[in-house]
Amino acid sequence: MVTTTHSQSEQHDQPVIQVQGLVNSFGPVVVHEALDLTLKRGEILGVVGGSGTGKSVLLRSIVGLKRPNGGTIDVLGSRLNELNEQQRSQVERRFGVLFQRGALFSSLNLQENVALPLIEHAKLPREDAEYLARIKLSLVGLPAKAALQFPESLSGGMVKRAALARALALDPDILFLDEPTAGLDPIGAAAFDQLLVTLRDALGFSVFLVTHDLDTLYAACDRVAVLSQKRVLVTDTLENVAKTDDAWVQEYFNGPRGRAAKHSVASTISKE
Amino acid sequence: MQSEWITQESGHVSLHGEWTLRYYRDIKGTLRQLGSISSSNRLTLSGFKRLDTAGATLIVELIGVKKAKQVSEWAADLPKEQLALLVRIAEAMEEPLDVAPASPHRVTDALATVGQQVAALWEQQRQLLGFVGLVLATLFSLLFRPHRWRITATVAHVQQSGLNAVPIVALLTFMVGAVVAFLGATVLKDFGATIYTIDLVAFSFLREFGVLLAAILLAGRTASAFTAQLGAMKSNEEIDALQAQGLDPIELLVLPRVMAMLISLPLLAFVGMLSGLVGGAMVATLSLDISITQFIATLQKDVSVTHFLVGLSKAPVFAFVIAVIGCLEGFKVSGSAQSVGAHTTSSVVQSIFMVILIDALAALFFMEMGW
Ligand SMILES: Nc1ncnc2c1ncn2[C@@H]1O[C@H](COP(=O)(O)OP(=O)(O)O)[C@@H](O)[C@H]1O
Ligand SMILES: [Mg+2]
Repeated sequence: MVTTTHSQSEQHDQPVIQVQGLVNSFGPVVVHEALDLTLKRGEILGVVGGSGTGKSVLLRSIVGLKRPNGGTIDVLGSRLNELNEQQRSQVERRFGVLFQRGALFSSLNLQENVALPLIEHAKLPREDAEYLARIKLSLVGLPAKAALQFPESLSGGMVKRAALARALALDPDILFLDEPTAGLDPIGAAAFDQLLVTLRDALGFSVFLVTHDLDTLYAACDRVAVLSQKRVLVTDTLENVAKTDDAWVQEYFNGPRGRAAKHSVASTISKE
Repeated sequence: MQSEWITQESGHVSLHGEWTLRYYRDIKGTLRQLGSISSSNRLTLSGFKRLDTAGATLIVELIGVKKAKQVSEWAADLPKEQLALLVRIAEAMEEPLDVAPASPHRVTDALATVGQQVAALWEQQRQLLGFVGLVLATLFSLLFRPHRWRITATVAHVQQSGLNAVPIVALLTFMVGAVVAFLGATVLKDFGATIYTIDLVAFSFLREFGVLLAAILLAGRTASAFTAQLGAMKSNEEIDALQAQGLDPIELLVLPRVMAMLISLPLLAFVGMLSGLVGGAMVATLSLDISITQFIATLQKDVSVTHFLVGLSKAPVFAFVIAVIGCLEGFKVSGSAQSVGAHTTSSVVQSIFMVILIDALAALFFMEMGW
């Protein structure tokens, strides 16, 4: 691992995220009940599930935007709900989050968007921070002139790329992505999948990837976790998950779109 | 030369240690002292404890993009991830990175800014006139088709912008009425003419202050609300959605607001006149020894109803201008949060400015007409 800060309690083969018995509810509505999940170091874990099964809520409770109603979450060797404010912020600094709609700061241009965490957290002077920001933008495949553009003037694909650059600003150990390819054209989505794998290989982070996109699962994910009935039904390689005896899983992977995605992957592999 | 990150001895440079964002500044400083390393030097990269994108950027800068891209050929013993990282960063830095913002040139820039501002002002007024036309055209086309009037929306806006503003308008005009009465009493006492305080308060509130204060309050309170409401809808593409469904945003969103203002402002102006008079009357009774009956009698004797009508006739004009500016600025909002703020500010400033401008012109007109 190239980018990890090793704290004492952190072993190398330990999972980076371990969720156990997680409970989440909004008033009477229970979203998660006794949910277990593991994210291994360096892997890309695809999290799938029907709309409203609580994928975004799960992501938000791991990154600390929602306090869980029960259960434990261990991230990078420390138990989140036992940390004080300052320790928490130390851990959270090692997260990169890409929100469902990008959430770029609309009053800053792209270069300033990416430079902000570098200035605030890494205490770099503006000039250095903006230089590094431009490299990050180029790293995610945005042209140099985009650096001075404002979010409102960008296409959906560019917003996602810029948001990825911002998530990568501090070289996170764990990257959380909430439906990054939703709303992108298939070519843009495929390029994004490819980009994610390349960056993961180079930067060595682990990825928690919420998605509906079957092509993304085939192209980018090492393992897949299925959210259903308020818990994680199964976490395994795509092949094994697709064999799971569950109505939703079968419908999802073996319905018309599932077969199409599988077929297209199979044909690209056979061509190579 | 020897440091935590770089060792240089007899033409052999070696990089090591922790090349991360945390030490970015320190490493950069060290490298600056070192100057550039000549290509004749032998370079080894060995045992980086850690390496991230910031550190990799510094290395690529030091050795050059071309050499960095071939790093696996001459530094094969680096871990696989570090090699991959160096190559990726080198590729990213191959693109031209510097986007020079236009070179600053004080004098011409200042001139250009003035020009832009004037052009923007002109454009703004043109848009306002166009929008007024559009609203009027829609208004008249719907005038004789009552089934398309949006009664519910209009009433809701009357409540928000009219009814809910009654207390603040009443309080404000009451206090200004009292102040005017005090002022009048102080000046007129020297002439032994304190009784004319009544005329002063009545004239000023019926002709000017009642309607003007109400209009200024609504310009601050309602124009900004309209801009923020429509602006949020605009940035959420709700207005585009209406248009795409063949619905007219002017009819659905603007007209109810304009109608509500046309109803609210005259009523609020009336409330303002009354409560200004009450404020004046209170000062008159409490500190000038003028009784209420005397106050009312003087009003009836001295102040003709023309003044009331002159004052009230301005209310619909103000109402229309405020509502139209508020809505137009809302439509001009673009995606960013900053833009909502800028247009809200602009709508309040513009509508207060227009209200006072129109009031001044009207005062001239009414004076010349002898009304
Ligand atoms: N702030 C909230 N208040 C109440 N209910 C919420 C809130 N956020 C999410 N929920 C509920 O939690 C469930 C899961 O939502 P979410 O995680 O957004 O679904 P998805 O898997 O599509 O991302 C939904 O039923 C939603 O209604
Ligand atoms: Mg979601």
